[in-house]
Amino acid sequence: MDFRPFVISIQVAVTATVFTFFLGLFAANFVYKMKRGKGIIDTLFTLPMILPPTVAGFFLLTTFGRQGFVGSFLESVFDIRIVFTPTGAVIASIFVAFPLMYRTARGAFEQIDQNVIYAAQTLGFSRHKIFWTLKVPMAKSGILAGAVLAFARALGEFGATMMLAGNIPGRTQTMAIAVFSAVNTGNIQLAYTWVAILTAMSFAMIMLMNFWASPRHRRRKNVPKN
Amino acid sequence: MSLKINIRKAFPDFVLNVELDADDGVLALLGGSGCGKSLTLKCIAGIEKPDSGRIVINGQVVFDSDKNINIPPQGRNVGFLFQNYALFPTMTVLGNIASVVEGKKLHRLAVAGEIADKFGLESVKNLYPREISGGQQQRTALARILVRKPQILMLDEPFSALDTHLRWHMEQEMAVVLADFSGVTLVVTHDRDEAYRMSGKIAVMNEGRLDCIGDKDDIFTNPKTLEAARMTGCKNISKAEKTGDYAVYAVDWGITLKTVKPVTDRVKHIGVRSHHFQPGLGENSFPITVHGSINEPFSRIWLFAFNENAEKLQFATKCEGCAPNALSVPPDKILLLE
Repeated sequence: MDFRPFVISIQVAVTATVFTFFLGLFAANFVYKMKRGKGIIDTLFTLPMILPPTVAGFFLLTTFGRQGFVGSFLESVFDIRIVFTPTGAVIASIFVAFPLMYRTARGAFEQIDQNVIYAAQTLGFSRHKIFWTLKVPMAKSGILAGAVLAFARALGEFGATMMLAGNIPGRTQTMAIAVFSAVNTGNIQLAYTWVAILTAMSFAMIMLMNFWASPRHRRRKNVPKN
Repeated sequence: MSLKINIRKAFPDFVLNVELDADDGVLALLGGSGCGKSLTLKCIAGIEKPDSGRIVINGQVVFDSDKNINIPPQGRNVGFLFQNYALFPTMTVLGNIASVVEGKKLHRLAVAGEIADKFGLESVKNLYPREISGGQQQRTALARILVRKPQILMLDEPFSALDTHLRWHMEQEMAVVLADFSGVTLVVTHDRDEAYRMSGKIAVMNEGRLDCIGDKDDIFTNPKTLEAARMTGCKNISKAEKTGDYAVYAVDWGITLKTVKPVTDRVKHIGVRSHHFQPGLGENSFPITVHGSINEPFSRIWLFAFNENAEKLQFATKCEGCAPNALSVPPDKILLLE
């Protein structure tokens, strides 16, 4: 059996999750602090989550394709190609996974008691210090849950990846795409295998996320006194 | 040292417009909920930005809308004790205090440990905020504020999150801390007793404005405004019409009263504290109809009216006994309110 789809999937999903993690975190903090225009930015950031995969793929193709403004720039200046490459698969995964990270992290930030932030300001904490020593630790379980969701989404990404990165075995063929190819070529046995692996991994990730998000995990060793 | 503020901030349904000068010592901001007292503190701290005006802390201009000065909270060095203490939940007691100290980690922990001991937090310094009692939380918050040697201290409803028995205890601890602090202290409260016990001066706030300001004894014995009378706990207040230089008609009660102090044209209301009525006959005495009574822990409150259909009043008495059938209003105890 060819295990390359597994390796490619993990590589693409891990890389995409690292980027999505920071992009989503900063976007969440940015929107959380916004006073005006919050609604429109939030809608824009959430859009990739509900766009049909083909529409998302089309956007990415027109942007990162050889005629697209980013694609042509990258090719002429850095000689980097996006279409039909693993980089394309990463970009497609970032695009669709971003809203999950962004929304979960923003929700976690919004749970923070505003007075704690105000107190930190009056106690001389810089914006940077407030973000890294207060907001992120306080929103930790939400942020981790967002990261797991983003990873799971990146791992299962199919539509936009197909359009941007294509289906090149050993190069851009991920597990999700391998299922599609296997069914297309009538290799039902192979399809079953990938389906089983993907289902098991997704199941495990949701379990992990629920564990991190549960109040039992957040409770520490000491029982609170009243 | 001093604090001078003159600020305005408008909301769709509320306008804050406060002018206030405070010197060293404790000034209580007394007012009902939604009167803008907490908002005033937030403006001084720099958490909220006024639309216009000026704030000067110990001679330093921290906000001036004309000169475009607006120093962020980080640069104002005010000590702000929040109602819920706003401790950092992901840090221990020691971590909370150490996080605001400058310098190397060892130095920060040493300084924090020292002040934690001073505030009686030695046994809980490695615990997290939600693992310690309300009193210990407040001490941690105070230690965290005072370790930075703030320019001024601001306490927002400092005891409202505590149980009654703890409240009394923490109030006494706070009195020691405040006596040690040489600067302006503002205490926001809606509790008249707390305001009286903690402060030297009291500023009464109402609907976003400073209603009146004065020494606490003056505000309590001789309130000049309707809101000051209400906030200092006067239960019996009536609209009033001047009928003579020393006489006033209480519209809601249907009686005319003689006064000791001259009645000016600005007097629009009068008030009588419920413990100032005297049972039986005397000057300003009237027959009453008793509508009922309420037992308080150590006193009894009679609900009565001077006339049928007139507004009900309260008369508090320490002793048990049967309902009085007449009450007098001592002329020197009548509060004349603008």
